[in-house]
Amino acid sequence: MKIPSSIWTLLIGIVLTLASLWYGQNHGLLPAAATDEAVLVDNLFNAMMVISTGIFLLVEGVLIYSAFKYRRRAGDNEDGPPVEGNVPLEILWTAIPAIIVIGISVYSFDVYNEIGGFDPHAIHQAPMNQESMAMPGSAMAATLNDTPPSTEPNLNQEKSDEAMQDPATAEVRNADQIPQLRNAPGVGSVAPTIGGTPDKAGKPAGLQVNVTGLQYAWIFTYPETGITTGEMHVPIGREVEINMTANDVIHAFWVPEFRLKQDAIPGRQSEIRFTPKKAGDYTLICAELCGPYHGAMRATVVVEPEEAFDKWVQEQLVASKETLNQAVAVNPANLSPNEFLAPYTKDMGIQPEILHQVHK
Amino acid sequence: MTQAQVQETANAPALLEEPGIRKWQDYFSFNTDHKVIGIQYLVTTFIFYCIGGVMADLVRTELRTPEVDFVTPEVYNSLFTLHATIMIFLWIVPAGAGFANFLIPLMIGAKDMAFPRLNAVAFWMIPPAGLLLIASLVVGDAPDAGWTSYPPLSLVTGQVGEGIWIMSVLLLGTSSILGAINFLVTLLKMRIPGMGVHQMPLFCWAMFATSALTLVSTPVLAAGLILLAFDLLAGTTFFNPTGGGDPVVYQHMFWFYSHPAVYIMILPFFGAISEIIPVHSRKPIFGYKAIAYSSLAISFLGLIVWAHHMFTSGIPGWLRMFFMITTMIIAVPTGIKIFSWLATMWGGKIRLNSAMLFAIGFVGTFVIGGISGVMLAAVPFDIHVHDTYFVVAHLHYVLFGGSVLGIYAAIYHWFPKMTGRMVNEFWGKVHFALTIVGLNMTFLPMHKLGLMGMNRRIAQYDPKFTFLNEICTYGAYILAVSTFPFIINAIWSWLYGEKAGNNPWRALTLEWMTTSPPAIENFDQTPVLATGPYDYGLENSNEDVPLSDPNPLLSGGPNSVLRAEPDPAVAANPEDRK
Repeated sequence: MKIPSSIWTLLIGIVLTLASLWYGQNHGLLPAAATDEAVLVDNLFNAMMVISTGIFLLVEGVLIYSAFKYRRRAGDNEDGPPVEGNVPLEILWTAIPAIIVIGISVYSFDVYNEIGGFDPHAIHQAPMNQESMAMPGSAMAATLNDTPPSTEPNLNQEKSDEAMQDPATAEVRNADQIPQLRNAPGVGSVAPTIGGTPDKAGKPAGLQVNVTGLQYAWIFTYPETGITTGEMHVPIGREVEINMTANDVIHAFWVPEFRLKQDAIPGRQSEIRFTPKKAGDYTLICAELCGPYHGAMRATVVVEPEEAFDKWVQEQLVASKETLNQAVAVNPANLSPNEFLAPYTKDMGIQPEILHQVHK
Repeated sequence: MTQAQVQETANAPALLEEPGIRKWQDYFSFNTDHKVIGIQYLVTTFIFYCIGGVMADLVRTELRTPEVDFVTPEVYNSLFTLHATIMIFLWIVPAGAGFANFLIPLMIGAKDMAFPRLNAVAFWMIPPAGLLLIASLVVGDAPDAGWTSYPPLSLVTGQVGEGIWIMSVLLLGTSSILGAINFLVTLLKMRIPGMGVHQMPLFCWAMFATSALTLVSTPVLAAGLILLAFDLLAGTTFFNPTGGGDPVVYQHMFWFYSHPAVYIMILPFFGAISEIIPVHSRKPIFGYKAIAYSSLAISFLGLIVWAHHMFTSGIPGWLRMFFMITTMIIAVPTGIKIFSWLATMWGGKIRLNSAMLFAIGFVGTFVIGGISGVMLAAVPFDIHVHDTYFVVAHLHYVLFGGSVLGIYAAIYHWFPKMTGRMVNEFWGKVHFALTIVGLNMTFLPMHKLGLMGMNRRIAQYDPKFTFLNEICTYGAYILAVSTFPFIINAIWSWLYGEKAGNNPWRALTLEWMTTSPPAIENFDQTPVLATGPYDYGLENSNEDVPLSDPNPLLSGGPNSVLRAEPDPAVAANPEDRK
């Protein structure tokens, strides 16, 4: 019995859909998801994998099928049928990709919003402020022109001033030994980046960490406690706000398990927020080419339960107090950045054994 | 007599015994014949491809092990910087210009390009620019800030190398602007009277879109590079944060050219594939107008997607959304082309020779690059994989699987026209098999590497990635080996290959209607357009076109009712000759 081609098409379509759905969920291509945001990004990726697998199988299938089925037999000098267009078919295959990309765009938009891409607290992006809307008796049209200049402080400016004055980081950020930052007037502009998620937007994050990138190391300072370290510790479940800048060239903050990346640009402040979810030691990688030892620019990020984090903070405080009182030479505040960074940068990447330490 | 024969007889130069014969010195001189210039472009750029390929293999050799043990990190950075610069500016972009130079006047029935001397000037900027770039390795201060050359890094690494890099890229950019002007004017002004825009072969449409894009975007790169040179050499601070400059502005200027550059690199080969698939499938191209206009759409959209390279560098949230949507939309015209090629093959009589195999390989691998491109457009996902090997995999699927396979397909297809001789099909197929295996082995594992957390441009990496990197490295060696059958085959066939005849593929575009290789001024008299470029398999028209018709028939084009009757005596399938 000859099976009609429409049934074949249906069967192939079903198999293709099932295969795509299966592979989209079981590709195993991503590392563990260690933040709340990472889960959202992974779902988006899985959805795109389903669609991509389907399109891949369809196109490659048709291509290989045509190449075998319609290959010229020896001695056959006939031409194929002169089919040169089919308007409904062309509309169909224009419409389907258009709908798919619009769908992916909307989904991406949603995920982007969920992870805090549209942080309303980046104030210079929203010129209309709450006060002008609430002014008694003012019509909407009038509010646009007649409102007095906003008295609300520019949070970005404040925050960046704060960061620059932070005693723990001032030394590293404004050091004379790093020529690129000496008297840089551009310092202080804030690059709007990934901010608080919609439910947390506008509220201060649970923990602030200032991050400075420089060839070839990361420095972390905790403005609330004054701790300065080369290893980042964050507690599970508390929203972390990273304020970053760079001293010399562009670096990029990337923890693959967090699915977050942001360039640290000299002369600019940039910010990302995330909420750690899963305990573990992760590697912070510099993702933007920053010089020959770019590949060795790594640091450890420890995600741990709240109690362990508090314990770590206490240990750091004790250690820094001790050093302040006793061994002045070890106090980072009194060291030049070069001296302070010597353990991080010296010979980095040149010896293979160093590499293994870096890649714990 | 069939229309194709009428056309061919009318167009073929009658007088020359050995038409198109030239002295070998012509190829090393300031010759203004567009065909000489086209071959100069192709051979020169292929030499640069080999040099860039050696660099790629050195990079992969370093990456075979996680440690830095083959070259120093500084040399490593110079190698990948030069590899990318050479492959983009000295191989793919000028190779497209090489085909355009050879083919455009032939395809539109012109004697030469609109500005033959300008054409030669454009070519002769390339060898000095390339030698300059490679000389930077010899002076011991090669550029090592990546082909993007982002400040402030490019300002704090070697000054000499960076200066050489800027100068070289400026020269190459100037060359491509001159070429683009020439192609545009030639396409607009020098078509034979009977050829409206809708009778132009699709390669001409693609080059029109490419040239327009080049003309708009390249000057912005030049401006960015000149400002960078001021920062580097004169101490200004346009991009240098030390004096209040903004490094992100450079990124905008750089990508305003360099994203369109990927379309400048791929559109000519979209055009070439649109020529090759119908001829070897013996069917009219499916959706001529859709393919032609989609080139223009890609060219326009290509100008407004650049910031998708900067999703992590701190641009406002709404701007990321805008660039995400424009980037996604480019998938639509690209999809139209791919589906049209598939529909052209569907039901045809496909000759699986080397040209067609490379064309099929082009479609098959480009699809993978296109799909990962749509994924990369999604901002939240791009934030994860930006600057990782996932991007490296994507761009190599597009530029190797797309452009380079397209170049090979085009070389195999037009080799008989350029040299008058057939290539050896067996070695062509060996070349194809090695290339496809090497290509996928090298670049497929990189997707996983990037997703798992391997960033790009690093000489040392986490040891957990060793296995996949070994596969990539051996794949790269296979790719290197794959060029040998091609080089030997091309040289041997050029010298001793079987004579091709004027139209071995029984194609209908005008370049096949003259001798192989074409005579100095291409056609004896203004060619007659008797059929559309892709009228394969159409019903015969009973009227013959008189050769001396003062008003050449204007009814060609994809809707023409004229027909090209296959006649084994005139032009049989080369595969059946033996």
